[in-house]
Amino acid sequence: MENMIKVFVIDRDDNRHELDAPTDMNMNMMELCRSYDLPVEGTCGGMAMCASCHMYVLSSHKLTERSEDEEDMLDEAFFVEDNSRLGCQIKLASDLDRIEVKLAPVG
Amino acid sequence: MIQTDILIVGAGPCGLFTVFEAGLLKLKCHLIDSLPQPGGQCSEIYPKKPIYDIPAYPTILAGDLTNRLMEQIKPFSPGFTLGERAEVIEKDDEGQFIVTTNRGTKHRAPIIAIAAGLGCFEPRKPPIDNLESFEDKGVEYIIKDPEFYRGKKVVISGGGDSALDWTNFLADGVASEVTLVHRRTSFRGHPDSVQKVMDLAEAGKINLVTNSEVVGISGDGNLQSVEVKHKSDGIRSIETDHWIPLFGLSPKLGPIGEWNLNISKNAIEVDTLDYSTNVPGIYAIGDINTYPGKLKLILCGFHEATLMVQSAYKRIYPDKNLVLKYTTVTGKPGI
Repeated sequence: MENMIKVFVIDRDDNRHELDAPTDMNMNMMELCRSYDLPVEGTCGGMAMCASCHMYVLSSHKLTERSEDEEDMLDEAFFVEDNSRLGCQIKLASDLDRIEVKLAPVG
Repeated sequence: MIQTDILIVGAGPCGLFTVFEAGLLKLKCHLIDSLPQPGGQCSEIYPKKPIYDIPAYPTILAGDLTNRLMEQIKPFSPGFTLGERAEVIEKDDEGQFIVTTNRGTKHRAPIIAIAAGLGCFEPRKPPIDNLESFEDKGVEYIIKDPEFYRGKKVVISGGGDSALDWTNFLADGVASEVTLVHRRTSFRGHPDSVQKVMDLAEAGKINLVTNSEVVGISGDGNLQSVEVKHKSDGIRSIETDHWIPLFGLSPKLGPIGEWNLNISKNAIEVDTLDYSTNVPGIYAIGDINTYPGKLKLILCGFHEATLMVQSAYKRIYPDKNLVLKYTTVTGKPGI
C-alpha cells in the first residue's frame, strides 16, 4: 500500500504488535502507538517534555539524531540505554518500514 | 477553615478562568494547587512555548497566558492555597464539601470544580527497590530548607537547573560534602550555573560524577550510602547522609482517584450539559474530564468552565433567576 509502512512494537508485557502506519500524515511513533491503544501516555502531546513515550529502537534503521530537547528529556527518564528514543521525536517515513521498537518501562 | 463558593482544584488556565466566569455571577472562588505557582502545565512545563490556538492570540507564550489570566481574574480576588495537594474530601451536615490538603489546610464550599489537568505534579522517583523506605530518612525530592543539610554529606542526582543550582548552593559552606551524579557529561541548565559547577569540581570543592547513575541505596534505618554505576567503570559506593534525586515532575491522578468519581483512562466522566460528575456539586473541567468527542484543548476548558459556573450558581441559589448579562453591558468586572 502506498504511503503505509509496517511498524513492530513490543509492549511492556513482551507482546509483539504489528502496526500499519501512514507516512503521509505527519505522524510520529508516539501518536501511532496511541492510535492503536498501546499504553503510551503521550502526556505532553509530543513536545519532548514528559518522556512517557520512551522506547528502545531494536532494529537497525537509521534515525535522525537526538535533538537537545530529546536528550534533556531523556535525562529525566529511567532505564535509558544507547538505543533509547522518545517516540514523539520519531517521524513515520517510508525509510522506517519494518522498524521495531520496545516500550520502555515507566515509573 | 477557608470558606468559599466554588473550590477549584487546580490553578491551571481552566481553573484560573473559572474565577472570572464565577466572578461575573458574584461567586467567590478559592484555588488549590500542588505547584508553588499558578498556571499548571503552562507555568511549570512549557512557559516559553508559543501556543497558537488561543482565540484572539495568533501566538501567545504559555507563561504569558498564565499572567494574562491572573490579570483578568484579579478584580475578583481569588484565594490560593499553593504548594499543597488536595487529599481528602468529606461532606458536612449542611451538605457542603470539606477538602483537606496534605498539609492539613481545610477548605469548605458548596461546589467543587476539579480543574486538575493531567493530574498532580509529583517528583519523578527513580526505580530503586527500597526507595520509599528511605523517604524522609535521607531521601528527599524537594529542598525545603537548605539549613537541613548543614554539615551533612549530600548526593544530588540530575542534569538540569535544579540539580546545578542546589549543588552550587549547598557547596557554598552549607553541606560538608556535595556529590553531583548525572547520566551524561553535558548538563542542560543555565550556562552560568554549569560553569560554576565545573569550576567547583576543578577546585575539588564538589565531586562531579558523570556518565553515572545511582542504582542502589542502603543504610541502617537512615540512609548511609548510595551505589553509583558508571557507564563503563562498574559500581562504587558513596557514603552519604542524603540523596536528592532531581528528575523533574510528572503528573499523576493522585488522591482525586479515590473521591468516588467515575473515572475512565485517568479522566473524570462528566455530563456535557454542565460538566457535572456523578457526585452532585462536584464538576470537572479541562483536561481532567472526559466525554464523547472531548478535545484536550485549553479553549475547550474555557468553554466548559463557563457552562459549569452557570450550573453551580443554580445549585447555590436555586430560588434565584439567572440572567445572562454581557460584559459589554455590565461594564468592567469586579466585586
